[in-house]
Amino acid sequence: MEDTLKKYEGRLPESVLEDVRQSMPKKISESKLREVMETVEKEYTQMLAEPGESVGIVSAESIGEPGTQMTLNTFHFAGVAEMNITTGLPRIIEILDGRRNITTPMMEIYLKKPYSQGKDIKKIALYVKETKLADIASEITLNLAESRIEVTIDNDKAKELAITEANLLKALKTANKNLSIDIKKGIYIFKMKSKDENSNAIYKLKEKIKESYIRGVRGITQILPVKKDGEFIIITAGSNLKKLLGLPFVDGTRTTTNDIFEIEEVLGIEAARHALINEVFKVIENQGLNVDIRHLMLVADTMCFNGKLKGITRYGVVREKASVLARASFETPIKHIISASLTGEVDKLNSVVENVMLNQPVPVGTGLPKLITKRVK
Amino acid sequence: MNKKIDVKKHILVPKYQKLSDKEKEELLQKYNVTTSELPRILKSDPMLAGVGAKPGDVMQITRNSSTAGRNVFYRVVVNG
Repeated sequence: MEDTLKKYEGRLPESVLEDVRQSMPKKISESKLREVMETVEKEYTQMLAEPGESVGIVSAESIGEPGTQMTLNTFHFAGVAEMNITTGLPRIIEILDGRRNITTPMMEIYLKKPYSQGKDIKKIALYVKETKLADIASEITLNLAESRIEVTIDNDKAKELAITEANLLKALKTANKNLSIDIKKGIYIFKMKSKDENSNAIYKLKEKIKESYIRGVRGITQILPVKKDGEFIIITAGSNLKKLLGLPFVDGTRTTTNDIFEIEEVLGIEAARHALINEVFKVIENQGLNVDIRHLMLVADTMCFNGKLKGITRYGVVREKASVLARASFETPIKHIISASLTGEVDKLNSVVENVMLNQPVPVGTGLPKLITKRVK
Repeated sequence: MNKKIDVKKHILVPKYQKLSDKEKEELLQKYNVTTSELPRILKSDPMLAGVGAKPGDVMQITRNSSTAGRNVFYRVVVNG
């Protein structure tokens, strides 16, 4: 059986071969199997997209039509948590436009063995969360007369986060290098080293001090440990993949983020493509819609073609089109036509849109083959 | 605290392999394309670190696909 199947490797995808392997009885005769495989291959080749098929427009329609059913709600509660996550149409637009700053960055942190069973889960969660001075301060007062800022620390909160006075002072000193910091009776006094007395500056300073980084992973603003499939994972608001993959208790093989650009940066373009498909598919599935994943793969391949993530906008993939008329037909036509005429661009009319404009057969389907004759001398 | 991360083991990351010159020729012949028509991968891509790929090399990428099981893809290395 295996020998016969082996002949089809490379001709049929692995999943098809696996299906055959699973569904055939163990003691099938060689000749029967050969017959089956012939039918399988015939069926498979029939199902392939034909050369010249306009797969792009088919994908566009297949995603767009169910897309009209999607909710326009930007925020909605994702069941397990009290966390807002962008879903539905706004999320899809955000992904396909290739926006760098997404509205709700989020991570799923998987943990290594003893920790994934719940060991020290709270401690880890607190360690991951970014703590700023404002999180542990109970009172911040301005002393305008002596132009200094006095911060009272909430000791209960500090104890809960296991932050000692020495730790805190060190963190504050690295965060605010141009300030002098003293402790008097548990009150932290911030003073500017330089003597330019500007009453406005002190207000700005107060805001800056509030944001002083104390510890944790930068960018992680909220944490939520949850149990999923028998193990503990941490869901976060905010994202910092690079830092988190380097932490000793984090399972670096499964931890992901929903920020595709971050994935591109840390794990490369192929991983970003994979994540992009996952993210879009997740939204579509969530909405109870049914779009074949192959359409999304085509979109993702287009967006990742150049080795860099490009959104489907006039700044992204549309800009890369060779034809002036095709670019002009998307958005801002006058801009494109003017710059093309200034630089003397040539349109070779190789694609669909420009030929539609000029009332010529489009190079799609039966319009694709050309007749070539040999001249007889 | 930040030790060297082995990102190549991440579930999102496929297998990468550099094609030899002979394999590259065969590939271009098989699909009747030139390297400029292949999808690209930047030389600065984190997955190319330590591979020693030069612009013009072709990387073979074996993806895990939910539809085809396994799927082979090619990208040409470009500057950037």
